[in-house]
Amino acid sequence: MKHDRILLDHGSGGRASHDLIASLFLPQFDNEFLREMNDSAVMIIGGTKLAFSTDSYVVDPIFFPGGDIGSLAIHGTVNDLAMRGARPLYLSVGFIIEEGFPMADLKTIAGSMKNAAAEAGIVIVTGDTKVVPKGATDKVFINTAGIGIIDPDVNISGQNARPGDKVILSGTIADHGITILTCREGLQFDAPLKSDSAPLNTLVAEMLATSRKINVLRDPTRGGLATSLNEIAGQSRVGIRVHEEAIPVRPEVQAACELLGIDPLYLANEGKLIACAAAQDAEKLIDIMHKNPYGRDACIIGEVISDHPGKVFMKTIIGGNRIVDMLTGEPLPRIC
Amino acid sequence: MKHLDEYRDPHLAGKLIDKIKALSRRPVRLMEVCGTHTVSIFRSGIRSLLPPSITLLSGPGCPVCVTATEELDKFIKLGRQKDTIVATFGDLVRVPGSSSSLQKERADGADIRVVYSTFDALDIARRNPSRTVVFLAVGFETTAPTIAAAVKEAKKEGINNFYIIPAHKIIPPAMEALLAGGELAIDGFICPGHVSVIIGADAYRPVADKYHIPCVVAGFEPVDILQTIYMLLSQIEEGKAAVEIQYRRAVNFTGNEKALALLSEVFETCDAPWRGLGSIPDSGLRLRDNYRALDIETKFDLTVPRTQDHPGCSCGDILRGVKTPLDCALYRKVCTPSNPYGPCMVSTEGTCAAYYKYHD
Repeated sequence: MKHDRILLDHGSGGRASHDLIASLFLPQFDNEFLREMNDSAVMIIGGTKLAFSTDSYVVDPIFFPGGDIGSLAIHGTVNDLAMRGARPLYLSVGFIIEEGFPMADLKTIAGSMKNAAAEAGIVIVTGDTKVVPKGATDKVFINTAGIGIIDPDVNISGQNARPGDKVILSGTIADHGITILTCREGLQFDAPLKSDSAPLNTLVAEMLATSRKINVLRDPTRGGLATSLNEIAGQSRVGIRVHEEAIPVRPEVQAACELLGIDPLYLANEGKLIACAAAQDAEKLIDIMHKNPYGRDACIIGEVISDHPGKVFMKTIIGGNRIVDMLTGEPLPRIC
Repeated sequence: MKHLDEYRDPHLAGKLIDKIKALSRRPVRLMEVCGTHTVSIFRSGIRSLLPPSITLLSGPGCPVCVTATEELDKFIKLGRQKDTIVATFGDLVRVPGSSSSLQKERADGADIRVVYSTFDALDIARRNPSRTVVFLAVGFETTAPTIAAAVKEAKKEGINNFYIIPAHKIIPPAMEALLAGGELAIDGFICPGHVSVIIGADAYRPVADKYHIPCVVAGFEPVDILQTIYMLLSQIEEGKAAVEIQYRRAVNFTGNEKALALLSEVFETCDAPWRGLGSIPDSGLRLRDNYRALDIETKFDLTVPRTQDHPGCSCGDILRGVKTPLDCALYRKVCTPSNPYGPCMVSTEGTCAAYYKYHD
């Protein structure tokens, strides 16, 4: 049963997205940059190592606890650049706006983009605005693209994980995904849920100032921690073993996930990173991360192993073993 | 300690595993009926901790999986009706019928909306008075009472564009049908927790008495399940076949009176088609005469041609516990969660999806 139409699953960030890229886009656009399948492309221009990345933002609802589509559009691209070890510098912004969209909302979004860009130390230098007839889009979609500079001796890529590396996670998982999901469905919980949307470039800069033995950085956005770990394992041809008890999840997030029957491992994060770094530098990195507000809950969640390349394993809380697969399709709440 | 922590406690779990190992003398086959148990067993890695003498089989307790192809085809046909909104729980949208799925219909323009409760569907009906809103009433005794409540409310408020397709299934008759088939050797049932909150553990007495099979109602945390396995082993070793409750913090023997009263006010039992099990007497729910007008089949003709499951798909055998996904020729080779041939690979609680996701 091959697909003859695009389904929502193709945009989920999980296996269907990967299959679409590998089977349709890669063959058309194939080159050494794309083939790496990293968050940004890295190129050398005039002796300078540059990172270049783009992302489109279609989040619904456009305003949510912890941010809005504007701040997300800045943070997302800043983070994609930072995940190559780059210092993000300049950003482009493209708006596709639905006819009838409230001017006041657009102003709010632009304001939060300004603030997010200021915090990340990035400058919006070019942009584009399109308006389409009512119904041709949903409220507002934003595309951002950015460039940043990478130090010549920094070489961070999803392909670089080495057996023996420690796997570091910068904080709690699933905050963004569960917030959006519950907002979208109008579900209310006693404890307020909040997106973790945040720029991670300062955290990355501080990590790189502490250790040059960081081999991989990845922000586990769509598809969640489980999908990002699988991507790293696949790209680096290594196995990854994580410890369930080490993975931090806020109690309110855990409770909401249990109610909906959704695994937090597969929910999006917008202000978290995974790092694979040499074991001897791991503790040093954790210490420096704890000093940054966006790395306060950083911890070691596992290690890179040479066995079972391409696979991710989990030691469960009760001591059992299981594999952790990529996301397939949008996480759907269960029936009963 | 938070409420659930003790049910995930590694020391408690370790002690139970030791006790299970000490007690387990001969090979036994235990069936977890409920899909949520299947997922919990895989997620917590319980299979990797049990002695090889204990085999866990997954049963027909994933509501999406046991939905018959003909029912799915009806849902798909319904999505193609003019001015109709189909409201459904999320699990159903990816399940393939004989030639399409709700997901594909949605991509083709059908108005298919995922809801979290029947009352959300009722709201959609209130907001769209000129359109027909149909809720796909799939699920077990757990979800049926809320659907009964929504049906009652719709009638009371006179919301005349709200309908359901009743496709509910009742668990105990299916357990009996499995045993009556005679092809399956089971030594004990891990009985569903959520379903039993509504129906009460007494509902399993016919299974225990008639077929001499121990039944223990289990909670969903790893320690709950390990304790249930221990309780079943103890019964098996003593030659007993009793109904016991491990999940005492939520389940009693008689069930939730209020929910049961609501159920029987709105629904009556009927024969129902189960994937893999065929038609089982008195295992489904249809609206009583008083509420029959809310059944969409009184408005639309949703008759569909007789259908066949995909050749080679073993979902039926897997739902009966006579095969595991590893015995299926399609599993992992061509049938994957992103390209499912049968429902067990689609639903998050399906046995094949759980094997695919958690089994090395």
